[in-house]
Amino acid sequence: MNLHEYQARGLLKQAGIPVPDGEVAVSPDEVEQIAARMGGGVVVKAQVHSGGRGKAGGVKLAKDPKEARAHAEQILGMQIKGLTVEKVLVVPTSAIASESYVGVIVDRASERAVVMVSPAGGVDIEEVAAKTPEQIFKQSIDPKYGLLPHQAMSLAFNLYADIKQVRQAAMIMQRLYQAFLDAGASLAEINPLITTPDGDVVALDAKIGVDDNELERRPNIAVLRDVSSEAPAEVAAREAGLTYIKLDGQVGCCVNGAGLAMATMDLVKYYGGEPANFLDIGGSSSPEKVITALEIITSDPNVKAILFNIFGGITRCDDVANGIVAATGQTKLSVPIVIRLTGTNEDVAVEILKQAGFEALTDMDEAVQQAVKLAQEAA
Amino acid sequence: MSIFIDRDTKLVVQGITGRDGSFHTQQAIEYGTRVVAGVTPGKGGQQFNSSVPIFNTVAQAVAATGANTSVIYVPARFAADAIYEAADAGIALIVCISEGVPVLDMTRVMPFVRDSGARLIGPNCPGLISPGQSKVGIVPGQICAEGKVGVVSRSGTLTYEIIHQLTKSGYGQSTCIGIGGDPIIGTNFIDCLREFEADPATEAIVMIGEIGGTAEQEASEFVEQHVSKPVVGFIAGQTAPPGRRMGHAGAIISGSAGTAAEKMAALEAANIGVMKRPMEVIQLLKERL
Repeated sequence: MNLHEYQARGLLKQAGIPVPDGEVAVSPDEVEQIAARMGGGVVVKAQVHSGGRGKAGGVKLAKDPKEARAHAEQILGMQIKGLTVEKVLVVPTSAIASESYVGVIVDRASERAVVMVSPAGGVDIEEVAAKTPEQIFKQSIDPKYGLLPHQAMSLAFNLYADIKQVRQAAMIMQRLYQAFLDAGASLAEINPLITTPDGDVVALDAKIGVDDNELERRPNIAVLRDVSSEAPAEVAAREAGLTYIKLDGQVGCCVNGAGLAMATMDLVKYYGGEPANFLDIGGSSSPEKVITALEIITSDPNVKAILFNIFGGITRCDDVANGIVAATGQTKLSVPIVIRLTGTNEDVAVEILKQAGFEALTDMDEAVQQAVKLAQEAA
Repeated sequence: MSIFIDRDTKLVVQGITGRDGSFHTQQAIEYGTRVVAGVTPGKGGQQFNSSVPIFNTVAQAVAATGANTSVIYVPARFAADAIYEAADAGIALIVCISEGVPVLDMTRVMPFVRDSGARLIGPNCPGLISPGQSKVGIVPGQICAEGKVGVVSRSGTLTYEIIHQLTKSGYGQSTCIGIGGDPIIGTNFIDCLREFEADPATEAIVMIGEIGGTAEQEASEFVEQHVSKPVVGFIAGQTAPPGRRMGHAGAIISGSAGTAAEKMAALEAANIGVMKRPMEVIQLLKERL
């Protein structure tokens, strides 16, 4: 789960990191009032889960409340990479002497959290890594001891020459690591970390991505989820314990397991079709999950055929069969369905489906070819 | 022969009385696995299916039964502690099926497991099976057959798909192992490739990867340098939209975007036969055996 910038700033502030004041607004009126209260120039920043907000016109400077209002009118409601901007953050303009990057991230290879810093801040860190990798400095963290003061200092010496700034940056890194742990994050970034003309080190923008598996034990973070910023079908899927990602094709896929779901999509494409979605019904199955899955798939008007591909392990084929029968009993399907299932409790499942008038295939290639053909005939 | 588990595997099931734990324990017993104990705190002294003694702790189970392998079916929020408990009890092979273990938990679990001298497989994995000998986890026994192909995979159900193809075409397996798709896992491709290379019963290896990370690229390098047996591979996610799960900063650290195309190229460069779809595994093996 990604947090909005204003939420991430809030967590950094709580952790004791210096962050300029900012306020969230949902209307141009509010933006104008906030700007008037702050006095001087402000920045109006779109709050959406997407990079490249600036390039898309979602971040704008205003010299007075009137201009702030005008920017808010443009930004609120605009689309950035398919996401509608519902909220903006208003912050006072900061005078910037230098811009750096500081981030904490989980690294697969070292199996540890890693702090990464760069004196080339304020731009895409991917670009820095691609063009000037020597400008990136890293320190992996032993979870037993955390980020040690001297490690943070060594990193900070790559950013600043002034010892006061080095100490401030080192303190910010240690607090950022703590905020990263407290949020159950997989990524926590400050970009840019700036120095002001007075020499203070301040976090100007913040980004935090949280490991979804942490949310159950962190209710204070879980409440930060903003469902208005996500596709409704993806929200419904998650609440039912499914993973759904909408795509643009015609073959609606319902598969158990991410690997098989991807392989099924690959095979749909191989046989000349286009998958309408990625949908993983997950490990433990229940008929209810399958009912929700079918509702989500059929809510996409592009879907011309539905393909079930189930290889039972921890998922029981009979649960899936019961779900299909229950769902189609409630509402008649308007598109053809191809069902392939094999594995745990396969015999029971085939019997359940047969009684309800469905045919069950056991071969994946055959099922995918059939679904692609049906979708093409219907299109 | 086989790798990691065989007829001498004595299994303790952590979370034996839960829905998934009890179902798959029953399946394992029917397959012939020596399930010697179960653990559910508060249910010590009871029996599972009037045949397997249940203990309150793994240490008690080990002391009473000599269990040397554990399988974990507890809910994700208890999974890290279940791994610590198994390692503390001296279990040599710990297989964690539980899905949804926080990655930060795993950054602490891994050094602990290494220090204890145990091997962890998973989390979020289907476990492993040495056909005809032992089954630890949730791989359906009926799709496997005894034979000479070693299977290692990051996926769960996709692995079953490929095992199923192998068995239907007469290619039995020495051991099939699902290592799990989480960012931090106990046993990786290279660990399994090394074991398969050393196992006299294994004559060919099937490796199943997916998008994200660089494990397949590293495994390809290992194959080139250290594996003499034929290897064929598959990468899932050739048509997946980029960047939904893996952040860009992760790619910077690993120096790779982890796309299917990149991984397939690495496999090919290491002379691994690359399948475009799962059913091609048979043809590619035939050409190499």
